[in-house]
Amino acid sequence: MRHTISVLVDNEFGVLSRVSGLFSGRGFNIESLCVAETMDPKVSLMTIVTSGDHKVIEQITKQLNKLINVIKVNDLTGQEYIERELALIKVHSTEDHRAEILRIVDIFRAKVVDVGPKSYTVEITGDEEKIRAISELLRPFGIKEVARTGRIALARSLKLKG
Amino acid sequence: MTGSEILITALEKEGVDTIFGFPGGAVLPVYDALFSSSLRHVVVRHEQGAVHMADGYARATGKPGVVLVTSGPGATNTVTGIATAYMDSIPLVVLTGQVPTALIGNDAFQEADIVGITRPCTKHNYLVKDIKDLATIVKKAFYIAMSGRPGPVLIDLPKDVLTNTEHFRYPDEVSMPTYQPTFRGHSRQIRRAVEGILQAERPVIYAGGGVVLSDSAKELLKFAERLSIPVTTTLMGLGGFPGTHPLFLGMLGMHGTYCANMAVTNTDCLIAIGARFDDRVTGKIDEFAPYAKIIHIDIDPTSISKNVKVDIPIVGDVRLVVKEMSRTLSEMKVRGKKGRLAGWRRQIEGWDNTHKLSYKKSVNKIKPQYVVERLYELTKGEAIIATEVGQNQMWTAQFFKFNKPRTFLTSGGLGTMGYGFPAAIGAQIACPGRVVIDIAGDGSIQMNIQELATAVQYRLPVKVAILNNRFLGMVRQWQELFYGSRYSSTCIEVMPDFVRLAESYGAAGLRAAAPQEVDGVIKEALSIKDRPVIMDFVVDREENVYPMVPAGQPINKMLLV
Repeated sequence: MRHTISVLVDNEFGVLSRVSGLFSGRGFNIESLCVAETMDPKVSLMTIVTSGDHKVIEQITKQLNKLINVIKVNDLTGQEYIERELALIKVHSTEDHRAEILRIVDIFRAKVVDVGPKSYTVEITGDEEKIRAISELLRPFGIKEVARTGRIALARSLKLKG
Repeated sequence: MTGSEILITALEKEGVDTIFGFPGGAVLPVYDALFSSSLRHVVVRHEQGAVHMADGYARATGKPGVVLVTSGPGATNTVTGIATAYMDSIPLVVLTGQVPTALIGNDAFQEADIVGITRPCTKHNYLVKDIKDLATIVKKAFYIAMSGRPGPVLIDLPKDVLTNTEHFRYPDEVSMPTYQPTFRGHSRQIRRAVEGILQAERPVIYAGGGVVLSDSAKELLKFAERLSIPVTTTLMGLGGFPGTHPLFLGMLGMHGTYCANMAVTNTDCLIAIGARFDDRVTGKIDEFAPYAKIIHIDIDPTSISKNVKVDIPIVGDVRLVVKEMSRTLSEMKVRGKKGRLAGWRRQIEGWDNTHKLSYKKSVNKIKPQYVVERLYELTKGEAIIATEVGQNQMWTAQFFKFNKPRTFLTSGGLGTMGYGFPAAIGAQIACPGRVVIDIAGDGSIQMNIQELATAVQYRLPVKVAILNNRFLGMVRQWQELFYGSRYSSTCIEVMPDFVRLAESYGAAGLRAAAPQEVDGVIKEALSIKDRPVIMDFVVDREENVYPMVPAGQPINKMLLV
């Protein structure tokens, strides 16, 4: 099963390598990993998407906690949380298709952030499904390049479940 | 003060008395500061030897071992030693020189990214980029190495950090919000565990290296005796419970005793104390202790439910938890009863009587087990014993009865050939009055034989007993049993004359080629007090270690003598 784990770490050199080394060294897989500084410049937040059975996820969270530079580990899966991913999609656009592409962009509340003679670059934010959906719709026009951030996530403040 | 002076002063404040090391360009400033310091520095012949010595020193005393080496090759040579200590949770602080900060990343002369290289085999490591952080990092390094589940910590020291100057202020304490090991066990879990143990009809204690590391042998003995619970230990746990005690079943696992493996297979309550269910202990994991409720006490939460599902986990320091368990017994007014678990112990005795540890005795060939037995008898079991890895290690574990903790030094987790001799040197330096013996094979001893020079230089009376079968014995045994006796690369064709080799270094060399000569050689070796001794025992070449559980089999399926 897929889990989204949020990890607060010391914002120091080498910490990313400790975390990624832990995953590779113990054979855990990483589907995506995002990291950036928080409001406190001494602390970074990592969002790691991984998968494994209950036993593997338990080991992952324990092993992460064991790293000296890890401040807090929170397995968001099973809680209410928001997750987002950002993608930049460069799509081939000839004159006869431009209107249709713009319509799709509009429907998904995406943005065209760069225009070239033969292409649009579309910025889209959302969860994984939304990004997959727009990618599918743009594919017929010819997608030239895609850059994705991987997922970031935060737990919801108001917990309505349970 | 210069960075080097800060470093040395900080080490003194940590109570360090001995450093094992080897000089070089990047650490010249530290060596210069050492020159006028009261710290004893032991200069080795290879950096791997320095780490094993510090490791042996740490295991024998419980104090952290300290290593000092230069950058580049000096640092990379420590890796095997660090990984050895990491696998066995031994506290070390390893200081490596580094090229000046301005040159880092430039492929400078003798530059290696040792922090990157050792990240997966240290508990934590540091690159000191600013002299202002130096004192605090040293303080933290010792704290991390010694607390929680102990382990090696490496500090990489760029040359300019060592030569710059800064006002010295050493913190009295460190507080690390991100590192807070759990010491006290959860009291409700402890109560549940005690209740589980009292209900059990066939309980067994399975004690590991954690008992030795946390100095809880006394607490364990008290607890086991009070409830008459039989005890088996892992290789790392030997000495954590008296080897001659009537409740002791011997070691368990791949080369464990028949009765220990049978008891664990049939127990209804397995009490794992400071042990981690290693594959050499469990054999086929699905059939390990199949009838047991499992109680697991360990300071490292990642050890719990890693390999087997645990029914009652207790995270905490073994000594505190076992003490608390005894206190709970008193609270519940449980008194030790003489005949408690008599039926279970009779059953175990039955197993023991059918297949005691044994070997076929011989009058004309020296049996390696016989040498270990004689070493035990002639030292009255009082020696500190180190081993190499392989048959020598297993025979020692089986036939030497370890009654006290910190008297058995062996590379259990990583299985590092070449560990024993330098570890014995480290232990001898820590305990000058004790008899220290490395029980070795002819293969292993050659992996760090150069340290003989170190032992001679410091006039250490450390002993090496080579069980010389001119084979890489354990690998040969596997080839015999599982690869149709095809002895691929295990027959060592060229071998030094160990007696003359010892003499060339200025050590004593003795040889026994027949069983009648064994006692004489050991006694003579024990009488030599001013230099190391190599005893070369020419043993039966194709002797095997039994019992043996073939890899991947359940531990009750043993090949016996």
